[in-house]
Amino acid sequence: MAGHSAEEIKKETRIYILVFVALAALTLVTVGVSYLHLSLGAAIALALMIAAIKGSLVAAFFMHLISERKLIYAVLMLTLVFFLALLFLPLGGYADRVS
Amino acid sequence: MQIPYTVEARPETGLYNAKLGVWLFLASEVMLFGALFSTLILLRTGAAEWPRGSEILNVPLATLNTMVLISSSVSMVLAWAALRLQDFKKFRLWLGATFALGVGFMIIKTIEYGSKFEHHLYPSTDNFMAIYFTLTGLHGLHVLGGMIVMAYFLGPGSKMWKSEPERFTNRIEVVGLYWHFVDLVWIFLFPTLYLL
Repeated sequence: MAGHSAEEIKKETRIYILVFVALAALTLVTVGVSYLHLSLGAAIALALMIAAIKGSLVAAFFMHLISERKLIYAVLMLTLVFFLALLFLPLGGYADRVS
Repeated sequence: MQIPYTVEARPETGLYNAKLGVWLFLASEVMLFGALFSTLILLRTGAAEWPRGSEILNVPLATLNTMVLISSSVSMVLAWAALRLQDFKKFRLWLGATFALGVGFMIIKTIEYGSKFEHHLYPSTDNFMAIYFTLTGLHGLHVLGGMIVMAYFLGPGSKMWKSEPERFTNRIEVVGLYWHFVDLVWIFLFPTLYLL
């Protein structure tokens, strides 16, 4: 990345500002939605969806994953698999109890 | 002995070593926080009653802290961009702003914790407070850790800019990756603890 031209870096800077505005707006949306008194399931789904969009923006642009080497994608894919396993283990237990 | 691949990419990976190193570290961090998020799910789904975070926690203060952390992420990436444009003065300004925002986050967090203690809400109070203090406490420690590294690069560590500017720029990129990860964790912590 260090080798990019000044023009390209300035263009990237403008994108960073836009991402910042989007993140700030989405934060307000998350808080606003929480006052709508939705059912718990809908509230969780919506809040996590907004958080996922915000997280993707941070990862894609601030952590510049949008233009990264394949090896890093491979490391992250493996991490994602184990992370999801961690999250779904207790959910599996919950589904068992409910049924 | 010279440390290899601090600037040029290692042929096998296509990356300078510190970058792959920090991503592997962040992968382990995902598992650390992942285990605690998993704990939160386990506690919540197993509890007969679970409070709504917004009824106990201070949402406006946490919203402000979210804004502070998002701002610090953008100032961090602007510090790195300034170095790539060879503008050291601007770099110091942006990294200084990032550090100051980190201080702001910690002050707000301290106020929040103080008010919990005043209301006799401790980690031992119930499972909700236990997971709240564990997750936000661990996250706060990460913010503090990032600030210590930033202070080093604002102070003695900045000498490298004169001797090895590219290596220094890469160091700041790596600090930035860590800092954005800390921001990312908060993006998920905020709704799961405070709003749901």
